[in-house]
Amino acid sequence: MLDIKNLHANIDGKEILKGINLVVRPGEVHAIMGPNGSGKSTLSSVLAGNPAFTVTAGTVDFYGKDLLALSPEDRSHEGVFLSFQYPVEIPGVSMVNFMRAAINEKRKYFNEDPLSATEFLKLMREKRAIVELDNKLASRSVNEGFSGGEKKRNEIFQMAVLEPRLSILDETDSGLDIDALRIVAGGVNKLKTENNATIVITHYQRLLDYIKPDFVHVLYKGKIVKTGGPELALELEEKGYDWIKQEEDAR
Amino acid sequence: MEKEENKTDGNDILKDVTGNDYKYGFVSDIDTHVIAKGLNEEVVRYISNIKGEPEWLLQFRLDAYRHWLTLKMPTWAHLDIPNIDYQAISYYAAPKNKDDSPKSMEEVDPELRKTFDKLGISLEEQMRISGIAVDAVMDSVSVKTTYRDKLAELGVIFCSFSEAVKDYPDLVRKYLGKVVSYRDNFFAALNSAVFSDGSFVYIPKGVRCPMELSTYFRINAANTGQFERTLIVADDDAYVSYLEGCTAPMRDENQLHAAIVEIIVEDRAEVKYSTVQNWYPGDKNGKGGIYNFVTKRGLCRGDFSKLSWTQVETGSAITWKYPSCVLSGDNSVGEFYSVAVTNNYQQADTGTKMIHIGKNTKSTIVSKGISAGHSQNSYRGMVKVVPKAANCRNYTQCDSLLLSSTSGAHTFPYIDVQNDTAIVEHEATTSKINEEQIFYCNQRGIPTEDAIGLIVNGYAKEVMNKLPMEFAVEAQKLLQVTLEGSVG
Repeated sequence: MLDIKNLHANIDGKEILKGINLVVRPGEVHAIMGPNGSGKSTLSSVLAGNPAFTVTAGTVDFYGKDLLALSPEDRSHEGVFLSFQYPVEIPGVSMVNFMRAAINEKRKYFNEDPLSATEFLKLMREKRAIVELDNKLASRSVNEGFSGGEKKRNEIFQMAVLEPRLSILDETDSGLDIDALRIVAGGVNKLKTENNATIVITHYQRLLDYIKPDFVHVLYKGKIVKTGGPELALELEEKGYDWIKQEEDAR
Repeated sequence: MEKEENKTDGNDILKDVTGNDYKYGFVSDIDTHVIAKGLNEEVVRYISNIKGEPEWLLQFRLDAYRHWLTLKMPTWAHLDIPNIDYQAISYYAAPKNKDDSPKSMEEVDPELRKTFDKLGISLEEQMRISGIAVDAVMDSVSVKTTYRDKLAELGVIFCSFSEAVKDYPDLVRKYLGKVVSYRDNFFAALNSAVFSDGSFVYIPKGVRCPMELSTYFRINAANTGQFERTLIVADDDAYVSYLEGCTAPMRDENQLHAAIVEIIVEDRAEVKYSTVQNWYPGDKNGKGGIYNFVTKRGLCRGDFSKLSWTQVETGSAITWKYPSCVLSGDNSVGEFYSVAVTNNYQQADTGTKMIHIGKNTKSTIVSKGISAGHSQNSYRGMVKVVPKAANCRNYTQCDSLLLSSTSGAHTFPYIDVQNDTAIVEHEATTSKINEEQIFYCNQRGIPTEDAIGLIVNGYAKEVMNKLPMEFAVEAQKLLQVTLEGSVG
């Protein structure tokens, strides 16, 4: 479904991604790990189409479409979802209005009629349950005054509503206590099917105890330098990244 | 919500400015009666005469005119106003069928009805669905007044100003110019001399007006000044909610609008006055557009009286407007909620005055300015507490949101407190629309134009929530439409 070839990207002239290659198939969970500054968040931003980054080389094919040619909103409609590391607050815009706009834009993209108020509220209710998000949060302004854990649950809630084909979770575990982590990971697992895929970006093995990856990739200096199974994450947890850095820097 | 197809590559978000065509820019082909350009005593007499006014009103106009001759246009506002040739303006225009004004919808000029339909405010719809009594002002003479009979049963008077002069001369004479004297300022003097028409509202003692009273203004004759005069009186224990909304057709020549709104609120009475102002703002290069120089003031004369101004200002090339409250009754309350949006080369200098004279008077000011393009947006507000006004309170919140780095937001608060029991608070913020917020919306499938609409409406929510339901949806759309093309 997703085929990234030789992807290079920079921000303000500084090259961050230096040739990423990655293939993701439906039903798979990929973990991308790596030390700070290796380009993990940049990769997620570039895939989602953040205009702050410029792609200088490479291709990204998503279900036969040139992903990089699509606007951020069309990427969303095509099924790319980014769970933000730092979800932004939008004062005065209620979650309900925000999600209604989001879902109806998607429906418009597929030439479907907007959801009726009843259908929409029913959908919100169903999806809220997946991450145990209470009604009060759903009626508050987008992320405004949410705790760290609530923000992340809110991200997964939105993912549940939009039903993406590819979910990219950017450090979804950061700032979460163990209970929140369990709820968030549980939500992700409930949404998992054999037709969708997940890219989990994380520093720590901890999240991978809950969301089992099929592949673990190590990103360092803008490239994937190592790929393995779940055991690679355990090895990293135990040994840190230094041995990979040394190996790589020695080349 | 409708949106224009306007794709961007997203890299230069918030930089470029490509104005959007004014949606309501069209000219209706109605036969209009216009007098020759220029202003002199003869013109003042002509206007008074054609309206069949009594001698005292002619005298009022003449006094105002003579006073106006001694005045100069104010220059203290943060506005760059081109020189206005007051002799190049025609001071009276009336639709030609004014002498046999219609008794039912069928009698209304079909062109006029079409115009209202284009604006989405067809009288039929208004009458049928919303239950609003509409006093539609096209150019200078009221064309149609609805629901008057029903209101009359309650003793509520809602009619055009001209009719009020004929039918209720004593009431008009008692209140006219009592809140805004013709000596008040240059534009007030001009209006007092040549005012064409407007609305008159009288709510008798103890009556709660059962429907929102609404006037749609529309400037429609080329090169014609529009000088509305509105007078609202709420007698003891009365309540009324009044809506004013306007759009104007596209013009190359600038059009002058100098209105006066006077409101008198007696003991325990309450008046809510809501405005959605969407006059032609000029094109994206700053050519054309309405000059909107308005004097709006209410006198909370009664104890425990309350006056609330809510305005959503998106139109006009230049806005000079300070809806104010004179809180002379003890325990009276004044409120001002404002959203002012400027785009392209629009200029707005708007705010309020809260004059605390009575004891225990309270006022609240919430102003939200939004500047895009190359526009200049100023809040100017005065809070004054006189020496004998004990235990007064004011809370002012004044926020500015910038959508471009080429626009300006300015705040000019004047606070004059002469009684040390007063508590006066002023909060102010300035922020720039956040690209991260826009990307977050994009990622969830919401295109940039709609994202800005959402974000701006969220920012202005506190004020939008104060609008009556009938206006809220329209006003939300308006914010978005006004800012379409302001990014990308």
